[in-house]
Amino acid sequence: MTTIRDLSKAKEGLASGHRLCAGCTAGTIVRQVLLTALNKYHVVVGAATGCLEVATTIYPDTAWTVPFIHNAFENAAATISGAEAAYRALKEKGKVDKEIRFIAFGGDGGTYDIGLQSLSGALERGHRFLYVCYNNDAYMNTGIQRSGATPRWAATTTSPAGKKIPGKPQMRKDLTSIVAAHDIPYVAQVALGYPNQLIKAVEKALEADGPSFINVYMPCTTGWKFDPSLGIEISRLAVETCVWPMYEVDNGEWRLLYKPREKKPVEEWLKLQGRFSHIFKREDKDELLRQIQEDVDRKWHQLLKRCGEE
Amino acid sequence: MRVAITGNDAAALAMKQINPDVVAAYPITPQTQIVQTFSQYVHNGEVDTVFVTVESEHSAMSAVVGAAASGARTMTATSANGLALMWEILYIAASLRLPIVMTVVNRALSAPINIHCDHSDSMGARDSGWIQIYSESAQETYDNLIQAVRIAEEARFPVMVCQDGFITSHSVEVLDVLEDKEVREFIGEYKPAYSILDVDNPITVGPLDLFDYYFEHKAQQIVDMPKAKDVVLKIGEEFGKKFGRKYGLFEAYMTDDAEVVVVVMNSAAGTTKAVIDELRSKGEKVGLLKPRLFRPFPAAEIAEILKGKKVAVLDRAMSFGAQAGPLSIEIQSALYLAGATASDTPVSSFIYGLGGRDITTDNIKHAIDVAKEGRHGHFEMLNVRE
Repeated sequence: MTTIRDLSKAKEGLASGHRLCAGCTAGTIVRQVLLTALNKYHVVVGAATGCLEVATTIYPDTAWTVPFIHNAFENAAATISGAEAAYRALKEKGKVDKEIRFIAFGGDGGTYDIGLQSLSGALERGHRFLYVCYNNDAYMNTGIQRSGATPRWAATTTSPAGKKIPGKPQMRKDLTSIVAAHDIPYVAQVALGYPNQLIKAVEKALEADGPSFINVYMPCTTGWKFDPSLGIEISRLAVETCVWPMYEVDNGEWRLLYKPREKKPVEEWLKLQGRFSHIFKREDKDELLRQIQEDVDRKWHQLLKRCGEE
Repeated sequence: MRVAITGNDAAALAMKQINPDVVAAYPITPQTQIVQTFSQYVHNGEVDTVFVTVESEHSAMSAVVGAAASGARTMTATSANGLALMWEILYIAASLRLPIVMTVVNRALSAPINIHCDHSDSMGARDSGWIQIYSESAQETYDNLIQAVRIAEEARFPVMVCQDGFITSHSVEVLDVLEDKEVREFIGEYKPAYSILDVDNPITVGPLDLFDYYFEHKAQQIVDMPKAKDVVLKIGEEFGKKFGRKYGLFEAYMTDDAEVVVVVMNSAAGTTKAVIDELRSKGEKVGLLKPRLFRPFPAAEIAEILKGKKVAVLDRAMSFGAQAGPLSIEIQSALYLAGATASDTPVSSFIYGLGGRDITTDNIKHAIDVAKEGRHGHFEMLNVRE
């Protein structure tokens, strides 16, 4: 397996100088994905409209050292599928001779919500591409609005902490399982702060002769309201509390990638983030916390069963 | 070679002979036959095309943008609501200057849902930055599509080639088709200026442009688009020299000495020619101007034909709330810019055929009668119940 030391010598796909927020972890994820990919392959990148795209391609500058295409918000998968189709056509005709891999990046808004149809279509058609969702639980680029990935009772600007409704009443949708239901060769759910897991997942994904998908949990300092130095810690706590379990579905086989020695209470993760701070000031705090813990426990047990761990 | 095929199959045949690298398309009435026939070519191994069977028209246009940015010759096809669903990406395709060719089978937009012909779909896309070419017949659709490949690649704008849903798309017509080799030689090999597959020369496509650069990029489109007119003329002439069917910016039928000229696009121009032949045989000085190129609009050239005549413009779409249909507004603007006045060039405007409603020879004769009276600014809907 490729190690972090190997990656320190690999070619950078995303140069420094981009304009992501201080403490933003999207750049860290993209860098690790591209270092891994460029260690073995040539890469063409596509991206949905979102923080990553706007912060890295402000004309006349670009942070991308690899070919990059941004089309619109909801169509990163369809766009990269067209590029991959062109690659097959032109390779067959001898007009392209390099071994190229195609990687699309989208945030949770562009992936869970508006881009889900485009993603589903491209997965079903079997294009050979990797889709990486950098999931930060809300529409951060437009100023922290709720998405299908926002967890229950998180405050966003369209699910504010009101007197009557304390944040987002619904739990997040389980996109990784939805993608796995497409029966594609490789699916993984990993989190920032576990570079080895991410590297391994990217390597497997790019080896797969077909579509692959990695859902990476990405704490957002601006939207989750935590100190910019705490991104990695909060990501790790999401894994330790089983809010964001890490697993893969490799050719249909569900496998847990990490099992916390001791599953921590979700409260430990919640209290570090401003987006949940309203919960702790409320009279019905215990009930809200119980609901959040119940969501986590139910999904965790469902996952353990799928992975044959219980 | 002469074959009897429908307008849709003529479009599919042109696509087969063009043999694009990538086609991404989705079925929609009345365009469906095109994707069906083309699928058969793909599955029979008669084309080298990678056919991307997308899950929507939005993804069709998105995928051809990805493919065209990769340096592939790309095509797609749609109608009506499908074109409307592509709307967002139409602008992106044009602004990225990607030479995509799309065959549009004109159909009414919903609501109420209707599968028959009018031009509300492509007229709605007239400001998107696509070159628009309109076709009276299956023959013109076929010829226009083959030329569109060259036009798109030389002008560096995407091109839509429109024909009338059901009226020509589903009617069998005898047409002259070219040999595969002739098409191949005419369109030549595509050599893209840039490609995202050129990993040694990485480019960033679709960046964020703010107030400091966006306007300059738009200015390039504004300046370059009218130049496409010369490309269309040049290629239409070359096509004529090689294959005997010459194409210009429009067709002027018996306009030279005409006192009244009807302006109408696509299949209704055929019906209008029959009316003109009949009226000419009775000694009436009438003519037809059938725009072929609607974007960029050949304003000066058209005004030169129409100035000093009485004009009846027939629109198969309406810009709701505007003074007339989109074609009539273009014509009036062209005439005004050319110095024409209400007294020397009166223009009457008519809306016809929405949702596939027939236009009869009597309707056209009525429009000519109204125009003959010089009723400038007259607006009327033809063959509609009150």
